[in-house]
Amino acid sequence: MLNQNLKLNTKIFNSDVEKKSTRQGFGEGLLQAGIESENVIGLCADLVESVKMNIFADKFPKRFIEVGIAEQNLASVASGMAAMDKIPFIASYAIFNPGRNWEQIRTTICYNNQNVKIIGSHAGLSVGPDGGSHQMLEDIALTRVLPNMIVISPCDTKEAKKATIAIAKTKNPSYLRCARNDTPTITTDETPFEIGKAQIVWQPENGLAQVGIIATGPILYNAIVSAKQLEKEGIKIKVMNLSTIKPLDIQAIVALAKETKNIITIEDHQIIGGMGSAVAECLAEHYPTHIEFIGVKDQFGQTGTPEELAKYYKIDTESIIEVIRKLTI
Amino acid sequence: METITDKKIEELKIKANNIRKSIVEMLYLAKSGHTAGALGMADIFTYLYFEGLKHNPENPYWSERDRLILSNGHICPVLYASMAHSGYFKIEELKTLRKFGSRLQGHPHREFLPMLETSSGPLGEGLSQAVGMAIVSHMDNMIDKKIYCVVGDGELDEGQNWEGVMLASKEKLNNLILIVNRNYIQIDGSTEIIMPLGNVLSKFKEFNWNGEQIDGNDFTQINHAFYNAKNNKEKPYVIVANTIPSKGVPEWEGNYKWHGIAPNKEEMEMALKELDKNYA
Repeated sequence: MLNQNLKLNTKIFNSDVEKKSTRQGFGEGLLQAGIESENVIGLCADLVESVKMNIFADKFPKRFIEVGIAEQNLASVASGMAAMDKIPFIASYAIFNPGRNWEQIRTTICYNNQNVKIIGSHAGLSVGPDGGSHQMLEDIALTRVLPNMIVISPCDTKEAKKATIAIAKTKNPSYLRCARNDTPTITTDETPFEIGKAQIVWQPENGLAQVGIIATGPILYNAIVSAKQLEKEGIKIKVMNLSTIKPLDIQAIVALAKETKNIITIEDHQIIGGMGSAVAECLAEHYPTHIEFIGVKDQFGQTGTPEELAKYYKIDTESIIEVIRKLTI
Repeated sequence: METITDKKIEELKIKANNIRKSIVEMLYLAKSGHTAGALGMADIFTYLYFEGLKHNPENPYWSERDRLILSNGHICPVLYASMAHSGYFKIEELKTLRKFGSRLQGHPHREFLPMLETSSGPLGEGLSQAVGMAIVSHMDNMIDKKIYCVVGDGELDEGQNWEGVMLASKEKLNNLILIVNRNYIQIDGSTEIIMPLGNVLSKFKEFNWNGEQIDGNDFTQINHAFYNAKNNKEKPYVIVANTIPSKGVPEWEGNYKWHGIAPNKEEMEMALKELDKNYA
């Protein structure tokens, strides 16, 4: 059952569940952060509407800088602005930001420990028809390896908005992973959000869970739907929303592993280096546990609808259910 | 000042010579590092730290200060020596360059020496940071605050510079002053063989910058160029400074092999003797 201590969206399983993108949540969050602090600056590399920075730019044109198609410059210009006490948000597609400009992020932002917020939109296979060149599947790996960096992959539009407002209040370089597509709204305005805090969004009605699913990003929805379906078969599951991948909520992950002895990680990202790897690093050290990794298996993506791609790369609900069944036989 | 007195020039020459001696000594003790560019840029750094920059060594974080971004971080011996000689820290500390635990890391790192404006080493990134600073100064109506950036000429091979160049002219950053150390050398040889740059000044002018080319080892010309740069309106300003690599040590001057090596004991002693000849 849904953990209603978190005041989650009760209409989540209805066919008319509200669907909105995490990039939209970022855009709305940036507007709010901009209202709260005049030091918030928006910088973009010719994708203002795509990454929903137009919401901020329309309201605060003097605090918005368009740098052209130049993501390396984007990152380092922001570093210079942060050195002058601004809170710059730099946004583009994840494939370019932090893909194209990774070394600039490393040297001028993280090595300098400058307060720059990096927004990678259109991450994951869910970009769909644009094809493999634009489906960023390596950004979690690229960002979580960097010292000083916070890495957040919100599960829905509302969490993306809260995460945006939250990172504006920290002093750390931060990466926010967003997706293009409209996906079900899992949380509500009342659902709490804290950087570094994992949340159990689904749990058995009674007794202990036998499987612990850890998901990050909008694919969390697939995990919840899978858990609901298997509940009918008597399989007891806990589903964790691990939206903050760094710093990792070690305590919550270890507690879930201790209870279930079986962990499944789910992400729209390469298995190598991704959220599942972060969980594996954590459990190998603190509580060695069997882990099944659901994600992209050392491949590039291709053109297709998000649904077709999820099925082909086995990150859809049916594939998740299959893995859980095998694990609980 | 538009003009500079002979007395002031003489003072600056003595300081630059002392800074060069420090550079040679610290590189010798470090046993590695970059000699040619550091010695070649000693006059411009001396000018900046003792004449050009609005700064306060006793209060490095003074909010009204100008900013100086060293993009080609490998010539940091000249930055560290200029900072020490102008009072940011003791000259004695220069001996710790490149040693474990030193604030004077092999390439500048703000985590170790927070009074640095940035960390640098990987090339091509400084101008963009300076552009970000200059934009903020404009936003906050603080255009009296000048943002200086030093780049090497070989460094201009990095495409990111030209992204920064375009944004600077788009934003009309008249508070941004870029100094290109035009010494025609990079690690593998002549800049005109490795990747021909041709007329650097005309390239910047094509991108809608103002600027001029000078002898970067001549204080009269340096002073005049910085006067022009500070009083420049509407556009960013580039000073293409022709410098002699390893300036001050005739045996090394112009030789690209000194780009990335440090002197041994014999070479250090010879170099100090040469520099002492100037101001016994």
